[in-house]
Amino acid sequence: MVDIYDFYDKMDRNKIMLSFKGDITSELLTSILQIMESKLDNLQEEPKVKKKVYNVLVECLQNLYHHMDEVSFSDDSNEVVSRSAIFMIGKVDNEYSIITGNYILTSNVENLKVKLDRINEMTKEELKEYYKEILNNDTFSEKGGGGLGMIDIARKSGQKLNYNFMVADDKYSFFSLNIKISN
Amino acid sequence: METLLIEGSPKTPTIKFDWDKGFLEIKGRSIPENSIEFYKPLVDWLDKYSGKPQKVTDVNIHLEYFNTSSSKCILDVFKKLESIHKGGSSEVVINWHYEEDDEDMLEAGEDYQAIINIPFKMVLSEG
Repeated sequence: MVDIYDFYDKMDRNKIMLSFKGDITSELLTSILQIMESKLDNLQEEPKVKKKVYNVLVECLQNLYHHMDEVSFSDDSNEVVSRSAIFMIGKVDNEYSIITGNYILTSNVENLKVKLDRINEMTKEELKEYYKEILNNDTFSEKGGGGLGMIDIARKSGQKLNYNFMVADDKYSFFSLNIKISN
Repeated sequence: METLLIEGSPKTPTIKFDWDKGFLEIKGRSIPENSIEFYKPLVDWLDKYSGKPQKVTDVNIHLEYFNTSSSKCILDVFKKLESIHKGGSSEVVINWHYEEDDEDMLEAGEDYQAIINIPFKMVLSEG
């Protein structure tokens, strides 16, 4: 049997306000964002912090949404299997954590890692310039935004992108991202 | 030419593009997963407007939140306005509204200001 108390205890100790595991749909994100907005209002969070948390949350969750199709595949019985994602939002003292986890193709790990490391090496000013460069690049028109999301997360959180990759099987890796926002 | 009116939703802003007044407003939040679809009617309207613009075009961007998916579409709107402005048929001014403690929104306006050749006014809104 699943030890629900174990889940409860871990979430409680990490001060998790909200967590979800499953398929990421547009409707789900609408609901989650509404819930988080009212939680932030209830905490009477400073407008400045509230906006930062909300903005970073939107980018993190929409990243998950845009990469869901990358991990859909047909199994032996030709049934489409979609690997779900997980996210958690917690608050310890005055610091918010937005933690996401999702499967990506192992063949895409290196590219993503290079991108994240490049962002992490940049100063605030360099990030601003890089953001404008990518924004103004005419070849960029895809749904997700060609890495603009990660640059925006780094700019708004003002912290390094804390990430990890774990090989899951012969084809997929599990990518996790932990973003902290403090006031 | 008709006024473009789009009612806002939890993820999309209210749009009012009034041809008679040369008054264009984007207000609210713009956080749809796929923004291209939402912004297409705005770009199409501006294409028509560019053929018969008012002497002065007063653009008001009053956003509470916008995501990176919207940021490129907003730039496309500004690029249309830039070509109208450059063509000399209308004097375009962009009023970028931000709230007092929202430095990120002010900075976002400055990012656009650096890319687009139209007079930008940063307008501080009362909470």
